[in-house]
Amino acid sequence: MPFPGLEVPHLCAQCDDYPCVKSCPVGALSVDENTKAVIVDQEKCTSCGDCIEACPGNVPFLHPKHNKAVICDLCGGDPECVKACQEGGFNALHLVSDSRMDIHKKLFARDPLDVAKDLAINLFGEKGEEVV
Amino acid sequence: MPRGYAGNYLEVDLSKENTRETSFDEATLEAYFGGRGLAAKILLDKLGKNWAEVDPLGPENVLTVLTGPMTGIYPGTRVCCSGKSPLSNSIVGSTVSSEFASELRFSGFDGLIIKGKANSPVYILVTDEGCELRDASHVWGMLGEETLKTLNAEVVNELESRKPKSGRLREPGLLYIGPAGENLVRTAAIISKLGHAAGYGGYGAVMGSKNLKAIAVKGRGPMPDVAAPETVKILLREVQRRLARTQTRIRFWGTAYGGYSIGAERSAEPIRNWQEEWHDEKRFGVPYFSTRFWVKRSCSDFNCIIGCMKLSCIKTGKWKGDITDTPDYELQAYLGTNFGIFAPEACIHLSSLIDNLGHSGINGANTMGFAAELYQRGILKKEDLGFELKWGDADAFDKLARLIAERKKVGNVLAEGTYRAAKKISEIKDVDVTPYAVHVKGIEVGAHGTRSGLDKNPISYAASTQGGDHMSTVRDGYNDMLIVFYDSSVNCWFCRDDLIWDFARAITGWEINKHKWCTDQGQRILTVEQATLLMGGPDVFWDPDKDFDNPPRFYEPLPTGPHKGKTTNKDLVERLKKGYYEAVGWDERGVPTTETLAKLGLKELEPTMKKMRK
Ligand code: SF4
Ligand code: SF4
Ligand code: SF4
Repeated sequence: MPFPGLEVPHLCAQCDDYPCVKSCPVGALSVDENTKAVIVDQEKCTSCGDCIEACPGNVPFLHPKHNKAVICDLCGGDPECVKACQEGGFNALHLVSDSRMDIHKKLFARDPLDVAKDLAINLFGEKGEEVV
Repeated sequence: MPRGYAGNYLEVDLSKENTRETSFDEATLEAYFGGRGLAAKILLDKLGKNWAEVDPLGPENVLTVLTGPMTGIYPGTRVCCSGKSPLSNSIVGSTVSSEFASELRFSGFDGLIIKGKANSPVYILVTDEGCELRDASHVWGMLGEETLKTLNAEVVNELESRKPKSGRLREPGLLYIGPAGENLVRTAAIISKLGHAAGYGGYGAVMGSKNLKAIAVKGRGPMPDVAAPETVKILLREVQRRLARTQTRIRFWGTAYGGYSIGAERSAEPIRNWQEEWHDEKRFGVPYFSTRFWVKRSCSDFNCIIGCMKLSCIKTGKWKGDITDTPDYELQAYLGTNFGIFAPEACIHLSSLIDNLGHSGINGANTMGFAAELYQRGILKKEDLGFELKWGDADAFDKLARLIAERKKVGNVLAEGTYRAAKKISEIKDVDVTPYAVHVKGIEVGAHGTRSGLDKNPISYAASTQGGDHMSTVRDGYNDMLIVFYDSSVNCWFCRDDLIWDFARAITGWEINKHKWCTDQGQRILTVEQATLLMGGPDVFWDPDKDFDNPPRFYEPLPTGPHKGKTTNKDLVERLKKGYYEAVGWDERGVPTTETLAKLGLKELEPTMKKMRK
């Protein structure tokens, strides 16, 4: 984000009702049974961009080179980003079990600009209203 | 193509409005690596023949914005800005930590080489497709924050509309200048993000002289290939782990711990334009900043695990809404104690203002402190400034910063930087004010003194090719090449670790190591820089016998504190300087010798250097 401190991780929240999967006209998206992550079948994907529009957080994106949809697959259940964050001592990322997430996960699928706006007000007070 | 490089550099001619891609052969890249080193090579090739005639603020000057083969891979991603400096009239490698560097690498380019002058204000937009010039008249004159917001939104909208329905884009990497750069204030910085600056060298003024408001870059491609990808992966994780363990102080406090420590413990902090170097004002210690103003304790630049940036915001009072990073030690000193200011709030306000105006917080603030001393001594008067300029008065320094950025009244003289301003004011006022000018070779000295003997060594600045630059200081002619490496690789010095050499080999595949760098490549880069310093011109020619020395103030005894009475020993400076020159292969006045030039393959410099020798 334009202002420092407003960097927002922009990742799939695994919505309980998976609007992206429903939106895909060619059935390129499916849900992994174990991890609940959305899996993209690159062979089938036609790069139409419908899943991006369907996602409440605009999370998927088309890969700049092969132009197919990209959605976090949780590294098969053991995400590298979480490990790196813990090693760095930031502890900003944790793996949480489903039972602790007793809240609608779609709430976390948000556009990064939207999150940054809220964060700005949190960090900078009134000034935050102007910065994003 | 050698590994670690995209291999493509963009050459932009702003006068002709054309751009083309260029590349360098493997031998050149191995010898000069990237960033500061490669800049020295490019500038020598392009401007070396008539160096003394090149006006740093003329269209003929070349501005380089370069990354290195390790940028974006090794932790601490920086970009190095260089050119013929309007302050020292030589080459200064000025780096800034920013996502600009990683975005540039993602876009498939290693750097930009910019010459000429645009007819009207423009900005350069670099994407995976190449580079284009875009109108910047609507942002010309804007303060930093506004420029940043406007251009970020504009570029994102433009790129998203070119490729609709392909997902959200993160904002571009941006280098820009504020009003100070536009008005050719010689100390002006190139700013990135909010308040990150390539401060030394005055390259903000060089951008301004080219009518170039900003460079925006958005890359979406992969990083260049490396020679040993698996090794790099392991090394990266290991260096990150090590930095998390070793750099705890900077991780926790940033460099802000210095605001009290360096003055109180080491007596090496500029106070009232270096009239003193000691204070025991605890309110200027980091807890007073952190508990009241830090709204975020860890902000990093791309790929950096340290996160030395702390985010400050003033939420109440007359300066409500001022945001700045930390301020770090340098700015706590230069925009605090140096002005006789010991209130955290005022320091944060001035930091935010300085960045918004596009001043360099060190160089510009040094000139401002110099002006305040002249006011104290009755040499500058209220009518010169339009207001009173008393130590500790933040509002007065606020006005002074604007006065200089706009080049109004005496600000027009001060905008020339401390060295040039001192010469002019001496003429106008008919008193010698040069003893109060704390600069070395035209470059205002960083906030670390030499007098107490507990901080920088006596020849840190006096023998340095970059004068007062506190990052690239002189040590023994061997270890000081390390910072030259980090500036050339281009990575953040705070992320330093011995594994960098293994890293360099794994990325490039070249047989590169510390000893070779310190005795060959590093020496070559410094020698080119020294040669340009000796050539100087057109308005300033340095005299190695007189000018390669500390400022007069550094030979005055410290007036206060536990180290009262101590000062820099002039004889020691002379002796150390000779030793250093010998170590790097220069004669006893600092002119590279015939043998050194031959050894380093810089024979083309021999005719000019010959004239400099006695
Ligand atoms: S972009 Fe690909 S995955 Fe997304 S909806 Fe279209 S076809 Fe399906
Ligand atoms: S966050 Fe977006 S991509 Fe993830 S499951 Fe929800 S709709 Fe799909
Ligand atoms: S240590 Fe600080 S300046 Fe260096 S890259 Fe990290 S956050 Fe940026």
